[in-house]
Amino acid sequence: MKLSRRDALVALGAMGVGAGGVGVLRERAAESEEAMTDVLLAAAEVVYPSAVTPTREFVSAYAVGRRRFDADAERFERAVADLDRRARHDTGQSFASLSLARRRDVFRSLGADRAHANHGGTTAERVRYYVVDDLLYALFASPTGGELVGCENPPGHPGGTDAYQRGPEA
Amino acid sequence: MSDHTEVCVVGAGPAGSLLAARLAARGRDVVVLDAGPRFDRAEDLQRVERELRPSHSRPDVWEMDQDPSRDGVRDSYSTTGEIDYKLNRARVKGVGGTTLHWGAMTPRLHEQDFEMASRHGIGVDWPIDYGTLEPFYCDAEREMSVSGAPNPYAGPRSEPYPLPAFDPSHSDGIVREAFAEHGAPLHACPRAINSEQNDGRSACMGYGTCQPVCPSGAKYSADVHADRAEKVGARIVDRAPVVRLDHDESGDRVVAAVYERDGERRRVSADVFVLAAGAVEIPRLLLLSTSQRYPDGLANTSGAVGRYFMEHPGIKVVGEFDEPTRQHLVGYETSVSEAFYDHDDGPAGTMIVQPYNDAGEYPVAAALSSRPLSGRLADGDVTAPFASDEWGDALLDDVRERTEGFIALKAWVEQLPEWENRVALDRSRTDDRGHPVPDLQFSVGEHASASLRRAESFLYDVLESAGATEVKTVVGPDEPWFAFHHLGTTRMGTDPESSVVNAQLRTHDLDNCYVASSSVFPTGGAANPTLTIAALSLRLADHLDGTL
Repeated sequence: MKLSRRDALVALGAMGVGAGGVGVLRERAAESEEAMTDVLLAAAEVVYPSAVTPTREFVSAYAVGRRRFDADAERFERAVADLDRRARHDTGQSFASLSLARRRDVFRSLGADRAHANHGGTTAERVRYYVVDDLLYALFASPTGGELVGCENPPGHPGGTDAYQRGPEA
Repeated sequence: MSDHTEVCVVGAGPAGSLLAARLAARGRDVVVLDAGPRFDRAEDLQRVERELRPSHSRPDVWEMDQDPSRDGVRDSYSTTGEIDYKLNRARVKGVGGTTLHWGAMTPRLHEQDFEMASRHGIGVDWPIDYGTLEPFYCDAEREMSVSGAPNPYAGPRSEPYPLPAFDPSHSDGIVREAFAEHGAPLHACPRAINSEQNDGRSACMGYGTCQPVCPSGAKYSADVHADRAEKVGARIVDRAPVVRLDHDESGDRVVAAVYERDGERRRVSADVFVLAAGAVEIPRLLLLSTSQRYPDGLANTSGAVGRYFMEHPGIKVVGEFDEPTRQHLVGYETSVSEAFYDHDDGPAGTMIVQPYNDAGEYPVAAALSSRPLSGRLADGDVTAPFASDEWGDALLDDVRERTEGFIALKAWVEQLPEWENRVALDRSRTDDRGHPVPDLQFSVGEHASASLRRAESFLYDVLESAGATEVKTVVGPDEPWFAFHHLGTTRMGTDPESSVVNAQLRTHDLDNCYVASSSVFPTGGAANPTLTIAALSLRLADHLDGTL
């Protein structure tokens, strides 16, 4: 299942970020935002299950829309940059250009695979919060991710009052 | 700065806001003081995220202090009794009070709850009966837009519910027959959540995070009435903690509420004062308001201020099923049984039993939380301390395992009023303004423990009959959960020697000081208290309007 820009907008909608704002900001997307999208798409390919395929438009819409509107934008950008910097330090290459296995090694090298998420914590804790957990939140608080576990209206998504009455066969 | 008004209300939760809106609508001059802020509800979706992401804690959502053991913070408290009580997990200081956080379940007390001593020889009778309160229950249900349907166990109703009940969940259907087979048929669960658009507020949109935050506004919260009160002339002052009440020379009347705001100490004088800050902060304020005339605190001639604190302790039993149980698709329980409110079968106690719609973890919470090390070790995974958290397909398998195929049943019970269970002051510790913090000292007691054991046995019977392949107690009678229903502490009664307020909710000691709160409950039943708080408050508004 490909994750579309629409999926990103649904995830953003659940966070109170409007589609209009995302559209306007997309037109303004700077080089740095392109670079952030590269890193986050590569991270999503590690973090997401194979049943979904993160696309550039999903990550771009999500990444741009997600943190441009809140007070955490700077910390978010720093966490993404730190992940890429660690990849370059360890391998001499950008995070996005690495194989899936090497990307996992970079997460391990940072300690993000074992860190507790903390938006104001160490580099590992911030990468866990702003990269890993932001991406997982976008997926599992949306119907697309919820459906993977039989929960098409997961908490955080305003999917109405029909789903809870339906059986699994419906 | 000093100010005069007809009615000064301390606390902008449901009791204070409903009363303020009603009196202001009748032309009364009303000032409401609340310790917390006025929240910007446009930020509710950020609150949803704070609730769903495990790296934030529940008190984060409405900005309560998380670590009550720290001195010098607004919400510090102590628990020197038997129970390490998590007071800040489910209370909110601010305009709307704890209804911003609540689950909005609104059963009425039953007729017998008002007569437990006469009928069963336990607890104490209320000085009013169900019939006295019934018209105000109807009034409260209208004001709070309750969705519901009559059930065969509740007391008589003179009016239908304002809105139709929510339909039962698929999950309810899996256990429905088993509940009936074991003597507790399920019925609709009354909720102050709009089942259809009503009163200028949305119908439920299914965000699934009602407790602690409803971004659609379908869930009633008392900021609705605080706003309404302001529109008809009441003044709501936020971030204005009242730190003491001053009385006149005779000691018969309160003359001023003293509060602190913007670094200044200020006073509101009024003809009448209504304390509506809940069963923890009301006794605290009275105990802080000592004087030569009242060295043990205001309205405390009986010594009962802070005494007879009650909660609703509960248990949780979870069954595992071989079929999908469809959890986490709605944020509230849709069925309940009040069948065990029938007390005729002996001293086992009053209880409510209920199937939940949220067994297992939230998908997003499961995805974002690494599986606890202790859990891995308990499963015999000795490599756990060295293991990475897994992502990708392994993560998905883990999330499935932790979210699917469960049904949770809960029961909560009446706790009898005991003198020893109390809210006192801890004078060794102070809050952000230098005032002693509240100290909750209580234990569950044998009556409630026996009820919980009976409930546990019943819930096992239900889950086994319903076909669960494995049943386990997640929270049991020895260490129950609490509903965060704070009851007692300024009990209502006819005898000034043993109670704090009379049947009109006026303190026995002071002619113009009233209490609108679950703190006046002489006994607590098992029903969630907020509808009764609202009914008592609306009744008090009528009384005050007739006497001012």
